Amino acid sequence: MINISDLVKRFGAFTAVDGLSFSVEKGEVLGFLGPNGAGKSTTMRMITGFLAPTSGQVSVCGYDVATQVLEAQRQLGYLPEGAPAYGEMTPRGYLKFIAEVRGLSGAEGQKALDRAVEQAHLGSVLDQPIETLSKGFKRRVGLAQAILHNPPVLIMDEPTDGLDPNQKHAVRGLIKEMSADKAIIISTHILEEVDAICSRALIIDRGRQVADGTPGELAARSSYHNAVTIGFTQDEAPRALPELQSLAGISRIDEIPEGGELHYTLFAADKERLLIEEVSGLAQSRGWNVRALYAEEGRLDEVFRMLTTSDVSERGADAKVEVST
Amino acid sequence: MRELKAVFRREMSGYFATPLAYVFIVVFLFATGAFTFYVGNLFEAGRADLSPFFGYHPWLYLFFIPAIAMRLWAEEQKTGTIEVLMTLPIPISSLVLGKFLAAWAFTSLALVLTFPVWISVNYLGSPDNGVILASYFGSFFMAGAFLAIGTCISAATNNQVIAFVVSVTVCFLFTVSGLPLVLGFMQGFLPQVLVQAIAGLSFLTHFEAIRGGVIDLRDVVFFLSLIGVALVINGVLIDAKREG
Repeated sequence: MINISDLVKRFGAFTAVDGLSFSVEKGEVLGFLGPNGAGKSTTMRMITGFLAPTSGQVSVCGYDVATQVLEAQRQLGYLPEGAPAYGEMTPRGYLKFIAEVRGLSGAEGQKALDRAVEQAHLGSVLDQPIETLSKGFKRRVGLAQAILHNPPVLIMDEPTDGLDPNQKHAVRGLIKEMSADKAIIISTHILEEVDAICSRALIIDRGRQVADGTPGELAARSSYHNAVTIGFTQDEAPRALPELQSLAGISRIDEIPEGGELHYTLFAADKERLLIEEVSGLAQSRGWNVRALYAEEGRLDEVFRMLTTSDVSERGADAKVEVST
Repeated sequence: MRELKAVFRREMSGYFATPLAYVFIVVFLFATGAFTFYVGNLFEAGRADLSPFFGYHPWLYLFFIPAIAMRLWAEEQKTGTIEVLMTLPIPISSLVLGKFLAAWAFTSLALVLTFPVWISVNYLGSPDNGVILASYFGSFFMAGAFLAIGTCISAATNNQVIAFVVSVTVCFLFTVSGLPLVLGFMQGFLPQVLVQAIAGLSFLTHFEAIRGGVIDLRDVVFFLSLIGVALVINGVLIDAKREG
């Protein structure tokens, strides 16, 4: 339902988005990941018609955003970064305005408004000026605005930023609920969110795609994929360690003090090897008093750091190279 | 059309949701009154007409209208709401027109609320109400022209102070270019045709003509086409924001 091909956006000499191509189908929740300044917001702004691409194409439900922008925008719900809204208006007045613009009037408009208010849990603040609301409520006003017309395509720039853990949970639940019959793109810094709600994750760095896959596939690229952690009491640990070290094909063992216990994380040289079976077998045969034993799927944050390098210091180094050449 | 109506209504409610509208109207009425009675000496002149009242309108508008216009686009850009506005399915023309018409309706409301002045002169004497009506129309069109220029300049910046200062300057040039003092100065070195052209662009020239009591189509066309040109530039400036 969203098709993007060879999307490029330059601001002067700076290339914010550099040849992105991907598509999102109905039922998918695409998590858009990347460090600050990687081009996430810029890409979302091009999908929603706020920015025109330097080159490349975006289509939403078959409508080319460059030539049929209004038709494309009718299919879209968009929560911009920071959830901007008119501060002097009340959520009710604001949502009524959105409904009117979207052509939802009378009973139909009221029904849409009631549904969005319920889904975003805005009932208690409907008649307070938006500028007096907390950050969490402001975000939910933006969310209600985006879902008001029940659009087939939903684009949300950091939908849970600034929410407390309960609100985050509620918004994630809502996104999951809506995902069955929509194509959804969310951008986020929070990696646990990708695990929680995304069916697919796309990592971009300096405007380029560096990874695309299910959260599980991405986690499998982590060195922690299939790594096994086993925990002992302080006095049992020294006896077990030599035996663990003697296991064949172990590339590394990390020692992590954990309260009164010692945990060892074992990494196999071959990441696909099911180390957990061997370690639990060993523990059983030796009769160790094991306090913890688990295998990891992999750590997204490690994969994220591995793939994205465009932090501030790197940028600075690049700039120097450009100057000297 | 539906979108234009929605934008118009939102803008209108925006004026009255804050003290802005009330403060503006009260200060505007106070200022028109003060200029008319104290500076213009309406009573002492001993004539039953509103010429001192309307004479100050261009100079009052010079400051009051940019104050209304400065926020129209600059504020949207500052707060980021322009991103919501431009990703809603609203044609740019409806956005520009909706905002402008709401602001024009609002300034017209302030103008209409000066009616006690008109009642006063009718109570004190028997003025030519035709001339007064024509002057009100002239003032209405002139306000629209000031407003269109201010709105257009507001679209070019996200800083309201800059929008205000530049708007006042541009509007000032459009006003004084009709003063005999300025025209006389330019006659010294500019060819007659050019001086005429500059005088023809002046709000004063056209407003004075209408204040004479005759609504000449040419004066109305002048104000309306100036509004039209400013709004088209406004739309182009907003559309250009898509380029980033």
